[in-house]
Amino acid sequence: MKDLLKFITCGSVDDGKSTLIGHMLYDAKLIFADQEKALELDSRVGSREGEIDYSLLLDGLMAEREQGITIDVAYRYFNTKQRSFIVADTPGHEEYTRNMAVGASFADLAVILVDATKGVITQTKRHARICALMGIRHVVLAVNKMDLVGYDRDRFEEIQKDFMQTSYGFGLESVQVIPVSATAGDNVTGKSENTLWYDGPALLPYLETVETARGGNVESFILPVQRVSRPNHTFRGFQGQVESGSIRVGDTVTALPSREEARVKSLLIGDREAEEVARGQAATIQLDREVDVSRGCVLTTSDSIEVTDMLTATLLWMDDGPLVEGRNYLVKVGTKTLPGTIMSIKHKIDINSGDEVSAGRAYKNELVVCDISLSEDLIFDTFENNEALGGLILMDRVSNATSAAGIINHSLRRATNVIWEETAVTKEHRANMKAQKPLTLWFTGLSGSGKSTLANAVEQRLAAMGRHTMLLDGDNVRHGLNRNLGFREEDRVENIRRIAEVAKLMNEAGLVTLTSFISPYDSDRQNARETIGREYVEIYVSTPLEECERRDVKGLYKKARSGEIPNFTGISSPYEAPENPEIEIDTTDMTLDEAVDKVMKQIMIYMD
Amino acid sequence: MANLTHLDELEAEAIYIIREVAAECENPVMLYSIGKDSSVMLHLALKAFYPEKPPFPFLHVNTTWKFREMIEFRDRRAHELGIRMIEHINQEGVDAGINPFDHGSAYTDIMKTQSLKQALDAHGFDAAFGGGRRDEEKSRAKERVFSFRNKNHAWDPKNQKPEMWKLYNTRINRGESMRVFPLSNWTEKDIWQYIRREQIDIVPLYFAKERPVIERDGNIIMVDDDRMRIGEDEEIVNKKVRFRTLGCYPLTGGIESDADTLEEIIDETLGAVSSERTSRVIDQESAGSMERRKREGYF
Repeated sequence: MKDLLKFITCGSVDDGKSTLIGHMLYDAKLIFADQEKALELDSRVGSREGEIDYSLLLDGLMAEREQGITIDVAYRYFNTKQRSFIVADTPGHEEYTRNMAVGASFADLAVILVDATKGVITQTKRHARICALMGIRHVVLAVNKMDLVGYDRDRFEEIQKDFMQTSYGFGLESVQVIPVSATAGDNVTGKSENTLWYDGPALLPYLETVETARGGNVESFILPVQRVSRPNHTFRGFQGQVESGSIRVGDTVTALPSREEARVKSLLIGDREAEEVARGQAATIQLDREVDVSRGCVLTTSDSIEVTDMLTATLLWMDDGPLVEGRNYLVKVGTKTLPGTIMSIKHKIDINSGDEVSAGRAYKNELVVCDISLSEDLIFDTFENNEALGGLILMDRVSNATSAAGIINHSLRRATNVIWEETAVTKEHRANMKAQKPLTLWFTGLSGSGKSTLANAVEQRLAAMGRHTMLLDGDNVRHGLNRNLGFREEDRVENIRRIAEVAKLMNEAGLVTLTSFISPYDSDRQNARETIGREYVEIYVSTPLEECERRDVKGLYKKARSGEIPNFTGISSPYEAPENPEIEIDTTDMTLDEAVDKVMKQIMIYMD
Repeated sequence: MANLTHLDELEAEAIYIIREVAAECENPVMLYSIGKDSSVMLHLALKAFYPEKPPFPFLHVNTTWKFREMIEFRDRRAHELGIRMIEHINQEGVDAGINPFDHGSAYTDIMKTQSLKQALDAHGFDAAFGGGRRDEEKSRAKERVFSFRNKNHAWDPKNQKPEMWKLYNTRINRGESMRVFPLSNWTEKDIWQYIRREQIDIVPLYFAKERPVIERDGNIIMVDDDRMRIGEDEEIVNKKVRFRTLGCYPLTGGIESDADTLEEIIDETLGAVSSERTSRVIDQESAGSMERRKREGYF
């Protein structure tokens, strides 16, 4: 039975990637007749030089046909007598690096193109580095446009040497350098007469025979649980794909993170009963006793898998917005998704030199190493050991975009070293002494919406009822705890993070905490909600902008309008209105007393 | 250690994708078009959850012009397997008398594209499995496994989410939805080989048989019922034909063939000179027509 090779092609704009693969399919008669017709037809309509344009076989989307570049990964399927192939043709332009990374994460081998007239350039280095980061261990360097340098051997060898120097330290297991011409067809499917000095194989024969077996941890059994199937009370099956090793009925496995052990009672591969399941197969496993397992847990025989809530990862940043310390994302590893905060950016990696560069932020298409703190324990392995438990993505909590992809380097081990101080006097104890339930009343709204006035008045009411309270606002926080913070975006994020942490401590002390900050970003408020937990009650003071500006108690709107204050929320900086606040109040047509009455009535639900 | 074949790998990948959707999406549905790709996808869904039934319903968007044998097959399979099959018909289109003879591409839009949107909106499905394959058409070759649609079900090919390893991001905002293609990496050849390996039941129209047909614009069209309009210069003849793809009978071209066993079909297919979409009449309108329709919300 034939096996499968997944490979990608990458290179800079106009290196001729699509032309090379198109030519290979065409020469090897690996395309259907009507596609051939379509190719000739399309070629006549939008041809560059009137000849057959092989790249039209691959450049699918209209937009890129118009622009003459490849904007997204195109997957092609072909097979020869030796092998089945899936080729991901990836974009070369810097702007679409993330699309290239998609192709690289999918592939076992990369065909990297360089233009013989230009040699190894920045893009080549970038692509090689990203391929290596995404786990590719086998590379073909296709030195294209050899016809334009007169099939010069010295030029070829110079490029070969350059690339070997560039890729040193990438952990590549094999590199094959081949002189080709995608348009003329030299060394594409057969050896060329023009490069008699080259004694290696042509591209297609090489792809048909190269071995790309993956290293890493292949011995221990690892299965991340996708779902628990309970069709009836007698059957409880854990479903997922085996990522490493194999297991047999009767063997003992450990469930993580609970570390409970159990024996395998029965195995299914799809709908078929089996004695053994192995790497790559879709399995359903029944165990001989009740264990605490749900989606995101891992069944394994490995003792190298770690459990941590703090780790260091190398990320390829893919979001249009920058990576800022303190931001909270959803982190997905294997089948587990959980909130995580970027604690610190350690450094960026210069894509050309591989040097570490210190940085406070990272932008799209940059590589960055950072520490991530997770909201609960995560089961992981290093990427080197196991791709399935060592790769991660970060998802933006508001836009839902995939903001980054990366690999886990190691645990920070703080999770196991720093044990949370179990204090004898508990949060409940402190609250009981005050005969109240701690809460954080989080007031958010535009400047001038009345939130501080309202928070003050609500605190007075609560105090009059004998409740123990604490109000956090700009004055008592900005001048002390957060004195070192300015108004840059990362400062604003950090400001809110600290306030949330302080509010949480106040709640631990048993207090009803009131916070009054504009807190304009949804992600920051979500972060606060996560930190504070079920004590968090969001009060959205939704007085409209026109009314706030009409009031303009401190004269700030006037200054903002005249440009004296940059980044003023509501004028030159957005306010993202809460979608589901616990309480919403518009103070436009209300006296203060009426507004306080309304808030008090609603918070009473949360007070008891 | 098991040595997985090409088909084993494709099967495991598809099952992984189907399980991810079942685990992460609130209200998924599997589109069922009754064709061979749908038959394979249904088969994979049954495998993915066995011994449980698939934890989502199946949806057939009926244009009312499907081959009769397709509808019989659909009802029989749904009954045998005990799965929930939802049929949706765009009743407004039916009432307005929309048909494939008079309305051309408007027919496809109203009875397929609009009808699908109606059904997805009416049931509030957040994820819909489709049997699309990347080898079918050039714009599909660039589509992700998890493909996102805005509130109007439109696709933005320039703004696809990066898809890394098997880490699918299934998060969407309210009103948005996903199309999920578990067969993305399968080719037509893989589909047929898998049908043979797994002995999957498919509609008899795929097998050659004497059928009443006419020839129209180089296509062999079957006269499936008396709604078919026959031109004055056209003549109904009985020919041994089979179909490589199934859709609305007046728009689906058959091929003359003697292949009436799976083996023979596979032999014919593997030596095929045309890729399968040429027998779907709508696709030949213009280069890029599929991409345009997809941007407008076609599946």
